[in-house]
Amino acid sequence: MIFLRKVFISLVLIVLSTPAFSNLTIEITEGAQGALPIAIVPFKWSGSPAGLPAHDVSEVIRNDLQRSGRFNPLPVASMLAKPGSGDEIDFRDWRALQMENIVVGQVQPNGSGGYLIRFQLFDVYRGEQITGYSVPTTAADLRSSAHSIADIIYETLTGEPGAFATSIAYVTSEGKGENQRIQLKIADADGYNPQTIVSSKEPIMSPSWSPDGSKLAYVSFEKSQPSIFVQEVFTGKRDKVSAFKGINGAPVFSPDGRYLAMTLSKGGNPDIYIMELRTRKLRQLTSHWAIDTEPAWSPDGQELVFTSDRGGKPQIYKIPVTGGKEQRVTFDGDYNAKASYSPDGKSLTLVTRINGNYRIGILDLASAQLRILSTGSLDESPSFAPNGSMIIYATTYKGKAELSAVSFDGRVKQRLALQTGDVREPVWSPYKNRKRSR
Amino acid sequence: MKKTCIKSGLLLLAVLLLNGCSSMGGSTGDANGDGSSGAPVTDANGDNGDATTSGANQGGQWQGNPLDDPNSLLSTRTIYFDFDQSDIRPESADVLRAHAAYLLNNAGASITVEGHCDERGSREYNIGLGERRASAIKRFLQAEGVADSQINTISYGEEKPVDSGHGEAAWSMNRRGELVY
Repeated sequence: MIFLRKVFISLVLIVLSTPAFSNLTIEITEGAQGALPIAIVPFKWSGSPAGLPAHDVSEVIRNDLQRSGRFNPLPVASMLAKPGSGDEIDFRDWRALQMENIVVGQVQPNGSGGYLIRFQLFDVYRGEQITGYSVPTTAADLRSSAHSIADIIYETLTGEPGAFATSIAYVTSEGKGENQRIQLKIADADGYNPQTIVSSKEPIMSPSWSPDGSKLAYVSFEKSQPSIFVQEVFTGKRDKVSAFKGINGAPVFSPDGRYLAMTLSKGGNPDIYIMELRTRKLRQLTSHWAIDTEPAWSPDGQELVFTSDRGGKPQIYKIPVTGGKEQRVTFDGDYNAKASYSPDGKSLTLVTRINGNYRIGILDLASAQLRILSTGSLDESPSFAPNGSMIIYATTYKGKAELSAVSFDGRVKQRLALQTGDVREPVWSPYKNRKRSR
Repeated sequence: MKKTCIKSGLLLLAVLLLNGCSSMGGSTGDANGDGSSGAPVTDANGDNGDATTSGANQGGQWQGNPLDDPNSLLSTRTIYFDFDQSDIRPESADVLRAHAAYLLNNAGASITVEGHCDERGSREYNIGLGERRASAIKRFLQAEGVADSQINTISYGEEKPVDSGHGEAAWSMNRRGELVY
């Protein structure tokens, strides 16, 4: 059985690919041994065949859990039965398949254009229900409701919040020369529902979410002047907050959303500044002839890490938010850049150079151990999921710029390939619709 | 050492290509210029006989703006850099001196110096590196006497490659400063 499982996970699974919508496609490129075996039985549709929902809710849940690296969902083809509710489950079937948990459910019509999803999560060995919900939804929200259900299952079984009902922002580039189009887009964390929120002939860079997920800060080179904008995600309304002479770059919201750290070179070379958004008041945090850039806040807002080549090569340094003495953080290798904190503040993800290859690493701050997570040669822009379980980053595959995601332990990797154009600079959104206290 | 040879080889190739282009441009430009070469001429006596003579193409007697002269050093507007470096290479000095001389003689003219990088490394760090390259060119021009007000700089980092390939051949063309009048 263990052998069989290995065969399953070593297969490259291509799922969720819908070329017509230019979605990101997800492939599992490395297996997950030790992941929890779970059966997500296809949910029963109780309406008319003509009213069948456009998305298979249980399939969305199954793919989410697989992507996390923490679960190993049973393929539908291997299921001995397909119970639609708790009283239809014969737990012996699922024990025989060595499942630890099973999820069953139904989708039924609910008013005009609405649906009601019911699901139950069972412990296979004890034969008991662990949790179950009824979730009213609409056709437009079907996938997002499925992601929320995956979050509930994830949290119930791992004790940690799920991050499936979240978004990613990223930059795409299509065409060349006069026909080049650079776009800032937002999609569901699984790559579905891509929406363009900025489109330009000139470069767009460095998107950063506000902590409540309602705004994005980014750099745009329109009118041949790099400027920092803060844009409301849902209304499209935006403010130009910084357009000084020279570099206006690397904006990043403070954890309380009141400040924006950024890189400005108005003083003659790139230094880190902090802007209070309400008053637009600026405070210079670093002052050095070297390049200081790519600031990132610690989760408690008390210090920032940044990239500096003050020692000759780019390395990561940290500085208290109130200013003061910088301290070097990275010592492995001759190139470390673009660091950001894990949500628990215990580690940094960053770009590190090894034998001429640029790869994604995780630096454990307590032990100063650097682990390499990626295997590409031009990997960059790592961004933690809000629960810290995964990191999304930009990579190059067969000459094309793509996104990839890797689980924190490095065991599960997925390619998220756009059908056309280059895609880069992914940033994972905060949790949606709920406040988490972790 | 070997790498440097390859790089200078590439640069040489680029220069040769540019020269190839400019001689073609030269003849076109000439036709638009004084119109003398290659055109039928009548002799001093006004004797317009059966025979026609024509002068040989002298090749590039430029009479327009020197900025548009394809045979001028001013036609070179791209300065290349070594990996992770912002030092002006010795072979770029003559071109930059020519631009400095032009700006000195034309106080009303101004340029934007764009700094660019190859795709390796993080994007915002490359914005910093691109600015360093643009600033190095600006300082060179200022040392030649060009006024600060005539030189604007902008860094595009790795965002505007001229070659979208992923190897040293592409990277060496992308690590550059561009002089835009």
